[in-house]
Amino acid sequence: MTYQFDFGWMAEYWPVLLSGIRVTLELIAIGGVLGVALGIGCAWARALGPRWLRPVVSTYVELIRNTPFLIQLFFLFFGLPSLGINLSEFTAANLAMVINLGAYSCEIVRAGIQATPAGQYEAGASLAMIRFQVFRHVVLIPALQRIWPALSSQIVIVMLGSAVVSQIAAEDLTFAANFIQSRTFRAFEAYFVSTAIYLAMAILLRQMLRGVGYVLFPKKAVR
Amino acid sequence: MSLIAITEVRKSFGSNEVLKGINLDVDPGEVIAIIGKSGSGKSTLLRCVNGLETIDDGSILVAGAQLLPDDLHLKALRLKVGMIFQGFNLFPHLTAGRNVMLSQMVVKKTAKAPAEEMARKMLDRVGLGHKFDAFPDQLSGGQQQRVAIARALAMQPIALLCDEITSALDPELVNEVLAVVRELAAEGMTLMMVTHEMRFARDVCSRVVFMHQGRVHEIGPPGEVFANPKTPELRQFLGAH
Repeated sequence: MTYQFDFGWMAEYWPVLLSGIRVTLELIAIGGVLGVALGIGCAWARALGPRWLRPVVSTYVELIRNTPFLIQLFFLFFGLPSLGINLSEFTAANLAMVINLGAYSCEIVRAGIQATPAGQYEAGASLAMIRFQVFRHVVLIPALQRIWPALSSQIVIVMLGSAVVSQIAAEDLTFAANFIQSRTFRAFEAYFVSTAIYLAMAILLRQMLRGVGYVLFPKKAVR
Repeated sequence: MSLIAITEVRKSFGSNEVLKGINLDVDPGEVIAIIGKSGSGKSTLLRCVNGLETIDDGSILVAGAQLLPDDLHLKALRLKVGMIFQGFNLFPHLTAGRNVMLSQMVVKKTAKAPAEEMARKMLDRVGLGHKFDAFPDQLSGGQQQRVAIARALAMQPIALLCDEITSALDPELVNEVLAVVRELAAEGMTLMMVTHEMRFARDVCSRVVFMHQGRVHEIGPPGEVFANPKTPELRQFLGAH
């Protein structure tokens, strides 16, 4: 092989990388928290909520799960301005991630909720809790515990999928990598470095989610 | 006046009528044992009393609170009657102490400190004060059921419904639970219990209700019902036990 590896550009371009990392971290932090929150809300609505709300949520979930993320992103960023709604790159990217993760996590959390034994609802009800209190205090935590590994994976998938937002010029890590390789023509090195960074971030994120699990579920209470 | 008034209660699951006009009045301090074959409607009747099942006809009144299928009425009713289940149904993610504290804090908005004090008192009462910080899966079945009793008692109900509370227990654990129930009865708690423990029913209960095919088939003090069954169905049922 005659190719000469050259990482010399790193000295000049590391601020670009760093800023890309920051944007990707912000996207996953906001997208992860709000997306999961939306997913929990939707899961509640679909499994236990008022009857009129269920088809609304189902439509949303199926719409998102059966269309490409890139199209959802383009729709928000390029489509909505036609209706007079202009979103910044970052806002559009974030919104797309929240909406996307919300739909997928809805289905995951719903599976956890539906695995709740009937006796738990009855015990809560017999203690005079109303339905929402039973959900909030009795059902939710064990349900999340059941599906936490699956939900963690989905969050990591969305984090990795966030690379797509560079397509609307949101200045994330992938955008930075593209930018660097277009300036330096060092494609291999630029994507090698960004790959390593994504890998490290994914591993860290997984570990962090495990940690959150330990805090949220102090006892391996379910099974 | 009776504490629990069950009047002409009917209940069907689909085309299957499981309660065919039940009348039963329970006085304060009475301990009622409901016996009968499986499918006779005894558990359904009990579940109707605190609104876990809706009724199709008739009425159920507990100390003035009527069974109506809306949240407000159900809550008022359930604040008066606690329920213990065959499967314990403790909350697996909470310690024994937290299990007992939860509904006080969520439903009655009791502050944490008094709720914890009450929880310790109730766990002491069922002999499990030392298990405050244990999770349900660290307790035996008998202990779990006693925590469930403490959890119900912490809401200070005026009556307790017990739905075959010893049926899921190993034989050697049955007595520790029955001992707690016996104590509650002695303290004057009103109890309605579906049970297969005939000896316990005979010793502790003020009246025994024999249910058969959705009706109260025989009712009376245990001495009479057990020693002198009037109907062939009860005689056969007792013979089998």
